[in-house]
Amino acid sequence: MTRIDTLVTPELEAQKGVWTDEQASYPVSASDIRRWAIAVYWGETPPRIYWDEEYAKSTRWGGIIAPEDFNPFAWAVPMTEPSPAGAVPGQEAKKGENILNGGMTEKLGAKIRPGDVITTRSRLMHWEERQGRNGLTLYTYVETEWTNQNGEIVKTRVKTTIRY
Amino acid sequence: MAYNVYFEDVAVGQEIPAFQRKTDFMNWNRFAAVNDEFYYIHMDDEAGKAAGQAAAFGMGNLRWAYVLNALRAWIGDEAEVRELGMQFRAINHKNDVLTTVGVVTGKKQENGENLVTLDINVINQDGVKTSPGHAVVSLPTRG
Repeated sequence: MTRIDTLVTPELEAQKGVWTDEQASYPVSASDIRRWAIAVYWGETPPRIYWDEEYAKSTRWGGIIAPEDFNPFAWAVPMTEPSPAGAVPGQEAKKGENILNGGMTEKLGAKIRPGDVITTRSRLMHWEERQGRNGLTLYTYVETEWTNQNGEIVKTRVKTTIRY
Repeated sequence: MAYNVYFEDVAVGQEIPAFQRKTDFMNWNRFAAVNDEFYYIHMDDEAGKAAGQAAAFGMGNLRWAYVLNALRAWIGDEAEVRELGMQFRAINHKNDVLTTVGVVTGKKQENGENLVTLDINVINQDGVKTSPGHAVVSLPTRG
């Protein structure tokens, strides 16, 4: 077996600090929000603030809002290969191709509402490499910013991705 | 409800009500569907094993959602979650019973907001603390 001393590639080093992956969402619909709420509350009826416009109008929000974890970038077209895909049946993953979500921290600002168009961009902040239970393991920290059509920050996220 | 808890009524050490789910494909598939999160490791036992786990496993993002659900239920529709951070340290296996935990660690007034900080986690049926983290919520005052 080839000994691998590092999972840090020249491509990774070149990405450090560079804003990338900029894209705008499709306009958020009330149905997108309703379906999201049903999924994350599955087992009970989700709170009315996520699907009952009449109720939502009576709150300080003046209408339906999305849960804080709602992802307006799901189901983009044109289709892209999932990246990173992690393990695939029938294919042996090379060292560093196994991926886990290590966690994240989000600071939350403006709510997402029906009709919003959210713009995102991301940049690799830093990384660290160490020996873990799966051998050499690379932790990357990527900052992502979401902004709405009014220029308000919706969230900033720092996500840890684990590669082994 | 609009507001469910007021800043004055919160005490350090207080535990918030839990959100609990038994996670199987009913939960996982619905979440994958809305988040377009169709990785083999979340769908296929062989892929889960190839990745060094016992079988296909659940999405960290769903545990994240469960913690937000617990915070939202506690604070009410009109108060705000300002920050959430979690580390996904253990795998969510099929049929795990996941229970959120939130304990108030501090209170402060800052920039006109009444902020409450909490330690949070998601614990499985074996007592494994899968997702340690923290949250900050902004609450109304009675005044």
